[in-house]
Parts: sequence; structure tokens; C-alpha cells
Amino acid sequence: MEAAMDLMRRIPPNQSEMALSALLSLLPHHSADLLSQVDQPLQVFFDEESGKEFIQCEYNRDADSYRSPWSNKYHPPLEDGSIPNPQLRELEVEANDIFAVYRDQYYEGGVSSVYMWEDDNHGFVACFLIKKDGSKKAHGRRGYLQEGSWEAIHVIEVGIEDEGAAHYCLTSTVMLSLTTENKPSGTFNLSGSIRRQMSMDLSTEEGHLCNMGKMIEEMEGKLRNSLDQVYFGKTREMVCTLRPPPEVIQHRMPES
Amino acid sequence: MADGSEEEIGEKQKKEIAKWFLANAPAGEIQYVAKDVRSILGDDEIYEMAAEEAFPPYNKAHLITLELPDRSGDIIISTFGEVDMCNYLDPRTAQVATVDHVKQVCTKVRAATDDELPSPYIEEFRDALDVELCKYVDEAYPKGICAVYCTKGKDVEGPGSDFEFSVVISASKLSPQNFCNGSWRSIWTIEFKDDLQVVELSGKLQVGAHYFEEGNVQLDSNNDCKDSTMMQAPEDCAVAITTMIRDHEAEYTASLEASYLKLPDTTFKDLRRKLPVTRTLFPWHSTLQFSLNRDITKELGIEK
Repeated sequence: MEAAMDLMRRIPPNQSEMALSALLSLLPHHSADLLSQVDQPLQVFFDEESGKEFIQCEYNRDADSYRSPWSNKYHPPLEDGSIPNPQLRELEVEANDIFAVYRDQYYEGGVSSVYMWEDDNHGFVACFLIKKDGSKKAHGRRGYLQEGSWEAIHVIEVGIEDEGAAHYCLTSTVMLSLTTENKPSGTFNLSGSIRRQMSMDLSTEEGHLCNMGKMIEEMEGKLRNSLDQVYFGKTREMVCTLRPPPEVIQHRMPES
Repeated sequence: MADGSEEEIGEKQKKEIAKWFLANAPAGEIQYVAKDVRSILGDDEIYEMAAEEAFPPYNKAHLITLELPDRSGDIIISTFGEVDMCNYLDPRTAQVATVDHVKQVCTKVRAATDDELPSPYIEEFRDALDVELCKYVDEAYPKGICAVYCTKGKDVEGPGSDFEFSVVISASKLSPQNFCNGSWRSIWTIEFKDDLQVVELSGKLQVGAHYFEEGNVQLDSNNDCKDSTMMQAPEDCAVAITTMIRDHEAEYTASLEASYLKLPDTTFKDLRRKLPVTRTLFPWHSTLQFSLNRDITKELGIEK
């Protein structure tokens, strides 16, 4: 498993789907571990009944069917597919509606889905998903990207309420790829994935949704910032090290 | 999850998967990938077969540089200098090095035979370009290595025939302790056309960078360019060609920098904004009202 995880951080992120399926066929007995530790690209499916798109992932899968958060039905239809209890489903419906507004304000497009299920410790788990195609031909408003995808997976474990507070543990992954093509600069692609965790004990006065939403918003901001400043910044530094821009060479000259 | 059909795959398929991982290793990381692949396979025989097939094309495609056993310098492994699978010409020192692809080392070196080297007429052009190019590479790349190969018409004895050179520049910076590796590769094809008295250049530039501390982010960029100049005496040709290479590579470096500068506020914004369109954090505290006015919310979602 350790070797498999090391491979996943070396293989180009835009090849991760292929890498995962290769690992699954080499290590069939680790498939459960692999599927839980390696985030897979999100697929979008159209729910005809509600006329809306929803995201498929491990968290809304039962057998070979996926549950739509809008209609609460499985596609393709599944007789006894597991569904959240009525109380949790109510929260799920509300979360989907609000998260769609959040998504639209930050992403100006894209698709989002929220899934919830009870966990073994009498609390519950919520999974917030966003998929955005920011390419010119899709939802890229400014038209800078030949290809651009952003996928965010936020899984929050919520403990049982105790004296008006609850423990929240958030694990977030962002996977992205962006490609620009210009005449003098050729093709420029950056792709990557990072995962971070954050735990908090919060008062439930304003409700779970408010707490989870704030955590996700803060986390997404952090992830976006570190991708931009740290991760992209490091690759930019590398380019400058390989072939320094002219001003750097001039600075270097007097020393040598 | 794992259904019956996936349980056992054949040895041939395992080897192909191992080769795929090796071929997709970022610059300078194939040995790390090899270690992982070997342990996942748990079968040294399959691993060795896969490595045998995957390393040579990787080494050539990545233009890896190896130290010559006599420490006289580094040799670039490229298809242009390939004598056979394990032997590569170093045109500058007129030597042929024997290479162990999987270990990525040079095991021995011998003087090149006359058959392997260009005619004196061609060598004059080649050597003049090599001298100019080395000056440029030393100045522009802190760790760059270059080579000039004659890839067509090496036996041409004098004016009246076409010939072709391939120029390669390879620079890499590996610092695994800082979770960061990168490589620059340029391949220039230079055609000397006797009938038109022109020299035509076409270049393929490729830059890759990998940063993987608590994540995995990679840059993959490439660019093609073309240029031409008049046929002149060897020294003048060398200066003109090197100037063109320098200009195109400087322009490409500048455009990469420009792409990076555009990222935070323009390009990246098409994926996710820093702040919502409202320029304030999302009003989660008023979500109760949101859900009470669900219809309005939905409308909002459609309008934006």
C-alpha cells in the first residue's frame, strides 16, 4: 500500500484515473483501501426526473447504481438501495440547495452534490462535491482555458451533539488541471491534487449546515491559496532554476 | 469492489502495467517509481522484463545525462547518438559510451570509429556550432548539457549537398529532499539546404516540474518553433544558429513566466474565484432564511 501511495504522488495527476485502475488490477486484495485513499475523478450524471445533474462517487453508490440527491432515487433503479433516514434526508435536501448557491457564487457554474449517511458512532457523515469545467467551451466565463477542471471532495464526519456542541472532522481534496495554449508560449499545463484535514468543536446553535459550510469555505480558500502560491509557485521556481530569466543572469555575472 | 474477473491478471498484463508506470515517471524519478513498482509486483522476473523494455525509451525521451567512466564529462542519451541499444556517441569527444539503461550508468567508453564520425567538411560545421552552443548553454543554464549530432549527410565531402544536424540541450534539477524535480529539454533540427543556400531550424522545447510535498502538482509545458537563416561559413552559421536558439528559448522562458503571472487573477478565476461574486464570504448564518425561501434561492442559482 505504501508503494502504491508513493506512486500516486509521482504519476502525473491528469493520469491518476489510469494509475488507479492499474493499481486495482495489480492489488485486487487492497481494492477497498485504494478506493478509500485515492480520490477518483468525479463523474456527472443526469437525473431526468428532476432535470438536474448530479455527481457520482463512492458515497452515493450502491451496487452499480448511484443515488441522485435531487430525487433520492437510484440510477439505474435499485429496489432496496440504502437511503438516509428521514431526518438526515431533510438536512441533505437543504444542504444541496444551499451548497448549489454557494457553488454558483464561487464557481460561476459547475455541478454540486451533497450526500449524507449515518455512521456507526451515532453521528453522521456528509460529503460535499463540486465539479467545474472551466474550459472555454464549458463554464469558463473569461475564456482563458483550453482545458480546465476543478474537482473538490469534502467529507465531514460529525459527532453526536453534546451540550450544544459537536465535533467536526473535515477531509478535503482538490484535484485540478488547467491548460492554456498561446502562440509564443505553446502549451502550458498545470495539474495537481492536494488533500488536507481540519477538525473543530463548534456550537450547534446555528445548525450543522452553517458549521459545515463555514469549514468548507475556509478550507477551499486555503487549498486554492496553497495551490496557487505554494504548489504552482514551486514549479515556477523550478523553471527559473533550470533556465533563469535574463535579469537573474545579469545579477549573477559580477560574482562569477 | 473487486469482482471475480479482476482477481488474477496475466503476467503479460502485469508487465504492461509496470511499463506504463515506468514510462510515466516524472523527470528524474524513474528509479523511485521502479522501486515502488517492484514491490507492488512482488515478482522480480516480471519487473526485470518490464524495466528492460521501459528504461531505454524513457532515458532517450528524457535526454538523461550520464557521467563518462573516465570522468571526462557527461554524455546525453538520445536517439540521435544511438549506435545500438546500449551504445551512444558523444560527438564532442568522439567517443562511444556503453550504457546500462536500468542502472542509468555508463560502464565503459571507447574511441568512435571513422564510420561513426562525420567527414572533415561536416565536422567543421558541427564543431563550430558546438563551440558557440556550449558558450550559450553555460551562460543560460546553470546545469545545462548540450550536444550537436549530424543526423543526415555525415559523409558529405564539400559544398553541393544537403545535410542535417540535431541539437539537444538537457538541463535538470533534482532535489528529492525538497520534494521538487524538474527538467528542460530542447531538440533543434537544423537543415542545411544547399540548393536554396538556407539553413532551416525547427525546435521542440519541453519543460516539466514536479512538486510533491503533501500533494502532487506538475507542470508540463511544450512549444514548437521555426526559424531560418542564410548558409554561410561554418563559424558564421554557428553564431547565427546559436543566436536564433537563444532568442527562441529566451522568448519561451518569458512566456512561461507570463503564463504564471496570469494565473492568480485570470486563469485560475475560471476554475474558482477567491471570493464570491458578492465579494464577501458566503452568508452561511442566514441559511435558515435561505431554506425558508427555497424558491427564491433556486431562482438566484439560475440567474447568476
